[in-house]
Amino acid sequence: MGPFLGAWGAIRQYDLSSVGTMGTNLKGQIVMKNLVLKGALAASAFVLLANAASAATLDDVKKKGFLQCGVNTGLPGFASPNDKGEWSGFDVDYCRAVAAAVFGDPTKVKYTPLSAKDRLPALQSGEIDVLIRNTTWTLSRDEQGFDFTGVNYYDGQGFMINSKKLSGINSALQLSGASVCVQAGTTTELNLADYFKANKMEYNPVVFEKVEEVNAAYDSGRCDAYTTDQSGLYAYRLALTAPDDHIVLPEIISKEPLGPVVRQGDAQWADIIRWTHYALLTAEELGITKANVEELAKGDSPEVKRVLGQEAGTKLGTDLGLTNDWVVNIVKAVGNYGEIFEKNLGSGSPLKIARGINAQWSKGGLQYAMPIR
Amino acid sequence: MASQDITPVVKDSAKVSLLNDPKFRGYIFQAVAVLVIAGLVYWMVNNTITNLQRANLASGFGFLDGRSGFDISSSPYLAYSSDSTYLQALWVGILNTLTVAFAGIITATIIGFIIGIGRLSHNWLIRKICTVYVEVFRNVPPLLVIFFWYSGVLSVLPQARQSISLPFNMFLNNRGFFFPAPVFGEGAWLAGVGLLVGIVGTFLVRRWAYKRQMATGQQFPVGWTSLGLIVGLPLLALAIKGFPLSFDYPVLGAFNLRGGSQVGPEFMSLYLALSFYTASFIAEIVRAGIRGVGKGQSEAAHALGLRAGPTTRLVVVPQAMRIIIPPLTSQYLNLTKNSSLAVAIGYPDLVAVGGTILNQTNRSIEVVTIWLVVYLSISVLTSLFMNWFNAKMALVER
Repeated sequence: MGPFLGAWGAIRQYDLSSVGTMGTNLKGQIVMKNLVLKGALAASAFVLLANAASAATLDDVKKKGFLQCGVNTGLPGFASPNDKGEWSGFDVDYCRAVAAAVFGDPTKVKYTPLSAKDRLPALQSGEIDVLIRNTTWTLSRDEQGFDFTGVNYYDGQGFMINSKKLSGINSALQLSGASVCVQAGTTTELNLADYFKANKMEYNPVVFEKVEEVNAAYDSGRCDAYTTDQSGLYAYRLALTAPDDHIVLPEIISKEPLGPVVRQGDAQWADIIRWTHYALLTAEELGITKANVEELAKGDSPEVKRVLGQEAGTKLGTDLGLTNDWVVNIVKAVGNYGEIFEKNLGSGSPLKIARGINAQWSKGGLQYAMPIR
Repeated sequence: MASQDITPVVKDSAKVSLLNDPKFRGYIFQAVAVLVIAGLVYWMVNNTITNLQRANLASGFGFLDGRSGFDISSSPYLAYSSDSTYLQALWVGILNTLTVAFAGIITATIIGFIIGIGRLSHNWLIRKICTVYVEVFRNVPPLLVIFFWYSGVLSVLPQARQSISLPFNMFLNNRGFFFPAPVFGEGAWLAGVGLLVGIVGTFLVRRWAYKRQMATGQQFPVGWTSLGLIVGLPLLALAIKGFPLSFDYPVLGAFNLRGGSQVGPEFMSLYLALSFYTASFIAEIVRAGIRGVGKGQSEAAHALGLRAGPTTRLVVVPQAMRIIIPPLTSQYLNLTKNSSLAVAIGYPDLVAVGGTILNQTNRSIEVVTIWLVVYLSISVLTSLFMNWFNAKMALVER
């Protein structure tokens, strides 16, 4: 009975009504970290349960009273827990924004830290409601039963080396023959193979499942270079023994549009995640901030009033399955896109990443919100 | 179930009710069991298919023909690149698993026998050292032993530029162990023939020597002859052809040593960890096996004039093997299965490669099925071999 109960516990997020009442007693918090187990669980979930993740995620989330958000196991700036176990970061603020939109309360989130390999099976099996874990939008992922709802961070893959040990190297094209540390099951791993093949260079991949293991191996000198998204390189560099010895090489070898992912087949839920992102961008465009949102809601700018759901007879929020003041709730909880960016990644953080292509479209960037009307 | 009102039922023994017929009941129960299992299997398969369709997922193993797109650090037997298929990637993983399991089993057996016999030594120091070894490795989870070797290897060994030089152009650094790779020139095939002839010759000599000893009691130096045949004949063959053999030596490149052959730190630490860990269990099995042989056996051997060495080798160990082999099989299976912990240190075994494929193709059911089938096959084959070996060693009554 032991393993049997364990399996039920781990697949607790399913609607178990069709197979018995056991599931309701067992909604304990079990965070499975092992990837093999995750894969096996995803498989067993398909095998065992008659009723996989139900179509109406919004109803499920409202019923259980919190949002189960899949995040990175620890990527400073995007998602990492502090010493008290509180999560913070760019992706975490997106989780909080969704919770604010659904419940009007950004604290109604539970986080599931996931490795690169675990993340999609976890979403598919219904263990999490939404995956906001710097995941690259690709065609194959999109057609494998997932929907990407937008790009909250435009990234690109780069290389980091120890410039003290490899002083002559200032380009990724000089890396022929190098050992390269990379995380398993990422688009990074594939781009790496393509890049070295295209440039007729040899390399030796050193592949780990967990990002902590990749960091430790690179730090100990097992590899000559470390490759991942550039934002990640800047973040991980902070955690190295001697951060100043390491440089990020100038080459960007791939496009990495990172964004939230949901299960395919639930248009309403996908819309909520998608428009949460647009709401954050729109708020920045209109100058709505955490500090002034309540004041502006009472103001008389027609566009601001419409976005904040203050127009008479508006149904923009309720048609989405939320309340009409959903944008107010989001901005009140986490601020606008620019505020989230600066706090977690930009000038307000140790990472000091420039807005670059993540600036608003009106300022030469790629972030462009569809109109909320 | 003490029943108060025992009513003696007297029935004509020839006309027992069909329901009370043990044979008939047996059939009924077996039929019910088969039906339940079949129903369960049907339910699971049906659920799987329904759920996959609901999640818009394709199923089947056709994806294995797709281009993998990722590289694997260690593929000693197959030519593998990112252009190879997922199936080829899986083969690389399976062969890597088999390599580390095979090497680990041999080393663990050797260490295990030495430590196991050492625990029964009359020498206090040897006995205690062996005891400490067993208690340390037996009581630590294998994953920690692997981490111990991996971080040990990584942190103690120097960078590539400060490699430790060993004799014969061998080098050791934190990228692995490098040694010269033999390059066979024209005519080297004769050495292969020589090796083959040497092995067959050894086999024949052993048989002849055994028969002669049985008939006349005279012994023949089989060990030295075998060595001469297996090493001498290929060398002779090479000498005839004028040594068509050269070596590819590892030399320092921009980042690392290049050329030669190389064993990565991931393989080394996994192999050492599995060997040392499993050896502690094998040592206990060996000790138990030897203890299980009656004391009278060695006393009789001593009485016949055999010294301690031959007594152990010819009298005690052959009998102990009968006790040792069955639990030894379990340890071999454990070692093979524990090799899946390779995923923690980045050795590309079946689980690591399969995990990457799972993540890229999102075919969790198929990949998990492949994992199960491969490990099951390896284990069943190991068991069959060990059962055969056991039957060969078993006491044959004459």
